Amino acid sequence: MKSLAELQAIKEKMQNKVALRDGSGEMRVVVGMATCGIAAGARPVLSAFVEEIANEGLAGKVTVSQTGCIGICQYEPVVEIMEAGKDKVTYVQMTPEKAKRVVEEHIKGGKVVAEFTLANKA
Amino acid sequence: MIRAHVLICGGTGCTSSGSQKINEQFTASLEKYGLTEEVKLVQTGCFGLCALGPVVIVHPDGTFYSMVQPEDVDEIVSEHLLKGRVVERLVYKDTGEEATEVDVANLSLNDTAFYKTQNRVVLRNCGVIDPEDINEYIAMDGYAALGKVLTEMTPQEVIDVISDSGLRGRGGGGFPTGRKWALTAPNQADQKYVVCNADEGDPGAFMDRSILEGDPHALIEAMAIAGYAIGATQGYVYVRAEYPIAVNRLRIAINQAKEMGLLGKDIFGSGFDFDLDIRLGAGAFVCGEETALMTSIEGNRGEPRPRPPYPAVKGLYGKPTVENNVETFANVPQIILKGADWFKSMGTERSKGTKVFALGGKIHNTGLVEIPMGTTLREIIYDIGGGIPNGKKFKAAQSGGPSGGCIPASLIDTEVDYDNLTAIGCMMGSGGLIVMDEDTCMVDMAKFFLEFTVDESCGKCTPCRIGTKRLLEMLDQITKGNGTLELVDEMEKLCYYIKENSLCGLGQTAPNPVISTLKFFREEYVAHCVDKKCPAGVCKDLLSYVINKDTCIGCGRCAKNCPADAITKTDYIAPGHKLASYEIDTNKCVKCGACIGFCKPGAIYKD
Repeated sequence: MKSLAELQAIKEKMQNKVALRDGSGEMRVVVGMATCGIAAGARPVLSAFVEEIANEGLAGKVTVSQTGCIGICQYEPVVEIMEAGKDKVTYVQMTPEKAKRVVEEHIKGGKVVAEFTLANKA
Repeated sequence: MIRAHVLICGGTGCTSSGSQKINEQFTASLEKYGLTEEVKLVQTGCFGLCALGPVVIVHPDGTFYSMVQPEDVDEIVSEHLLKGRVVERLVYKDTGEEATEVDVANLSLNDTAFYKTQNRVVLRNCGVIDPEDINEYIAMDGYAALGKVLTEMTPQEVIDVISDSGLRGRGGGGFPTGRKWALTAPNQADQKYVVCNADEGDPGAFMDRSILEGDPHALIEAMAIAGYAIGATQGYVYVRAEYPIAVNRLRIAINQAKEMGLLGKDIFGSGFDFDLDIRLGAGAFVCGEETALMTSIEGNRGEPRPRPPYPAVKGLYGKPTVENNVETFANVPQIILKGADWFKSMGTERSKGTKVFALGGKIHNTGLVEIPMGTTLREIIYDIGGGIPNGKKFKAAQSGGPSGGCIPASLIDTEVDYDNLTAIGCMMGSGGLIVMDEDTCMVDMAKFFLEFTVDESCGKCTPCRIGTKRLLEMLDQITKGNGTLELVDEMEKLCYYIKENSLCGLGQTAPNPVISTLKFFREEYVAHCVDKKCPAGVCKDLLSYVINKDTCIGCGRCAKNCPADAITKTDYIAPGHKLASYEIDTNKCVKCGACIGFCKPGAIYKD
């Protein structure tokens, strides 16, 4: 170790990998995975999110987790995206293809994909 | 991408309850469900709740599973990790008052009564990072303090910050750490040393072990900082060989630090060199005494030497040496990073920061807790420790192990810090806190600790070698019913004689358990000597087992199960009963107590 900059570089690289444990990720993607969600295909949706977020190099900023029944079973698979200081966005009837667009446009681009949201369906 | 981390406790407690198997099972199950790319397994150090091991935590949810068995693992993987459904039956059940109001499924570690009131400074990384991966330590600001010290501060500035923080030795003595460094720094020598005392010997104390197991790099970083402050280039960690996991992790950590150039030559390009080696101790209690420890590192029999000269002047190999305890060192990097004022904001007037206690004995949550100095004993025992099991009453807590004293129930609101404990004739010690309920005999307890110190006395000085032996003999007489009040007085005199005349801390503190029980529980000594009774019903020679002939239903189960054939049938049939009652022949009775467990109507009692 010859300089502080070198240490800082390791720290930044590693911080992403442990951020998950203190909940310091900036954005949370929560996939509803109760029986209804799984039956409707939540699992491939979750996998798609995990894969896409990794591909985009956003793993340090975004955590993907699961939750139980959100209560709107007819709209499953349901995915909620939470970000500090912003309203929660609920995406419904998700597919792996839609997941890719959400990662690209919402998570990366910061623009909600309105056509997939609950507000658009209800 | 890794979306979930499964943290499995790999401390000594959980390892002995089978966490290694759990780890293997997780590896197998994750593979089975195809989750190896998404879920990362991390073996960490101690979480603190050792009584409930093996402990597993799943992040990002923070779900806290306790007492996990290998056969439960598949369920956690298939339900929680695959489908996102928490396995509620395995989630830790909180012991706090509001426990019932907490949503079990969402109960995360930090919400539990056990963790909520804690303030984890020293233990901040224990149970959070993988201790065998230096990168995870660096992610948690690791080695940033060493970097700051070497690039921005002079040695004197380092000493000033530590002095200003008010940090005192966590090994028991409570000597100000900054002053110790300041006394060593100006002494000129061709070589100086930094020594870490990891010879944790108090029965019931295991915080140093947990730090070594859970966050070994914190110690390495702190020792390098100390080396810079006093001008030493070589350090030794003296750790007992009975801590194999701790030794192994420390060894891995030292090697990683050397590989990365965080130990060795020209660290951070500052020109400062520091090297660190491990020395294994054979587990003698006296080697926890600083001069005996240094004698042992030098390759000699671990015996203390008279002070002065103090280690600051003539320590290891006759060179100026700073010796600190593991927990003391573990505070140092954070004081450097966050400043003396941050550290001073925790604690009491003369005891700053936090203290780690190893809670043991008659308490729900056996384990490690870290609290700010000045927390009351009541909070420690009832709020964090979850109270006394089986509805028993709290009687006393022994602080400081065999060198310390007891805090009786009447002083349960004492704010725990160095000075308050000293004021009541107790001591902080290394932080072992053994909780005792009403079934504990204080004379027997004092005898237990004296047996320990008699065994561990190195024999160099007479007051300790012979004095503690005589003291134990007197206690033995009292517990056998042969004591007199004169003997108690004589014993008390001997206690002070040993204290004043012994060479080192071992002898000087050995009589403390006797002195403090005499101070707070003298009536128990009197009961043993005058009434020939043991009020707690512990000392076998002073109690007999009796059957209440009117409540005995004559089933005979006690007689069948008596190993000494001491129970026989009588002719007496109690009114309303069909069978004759039994009686115990006190001459034959070996007082094993087995009969009580077999007596359904509860007719057998201790007298």
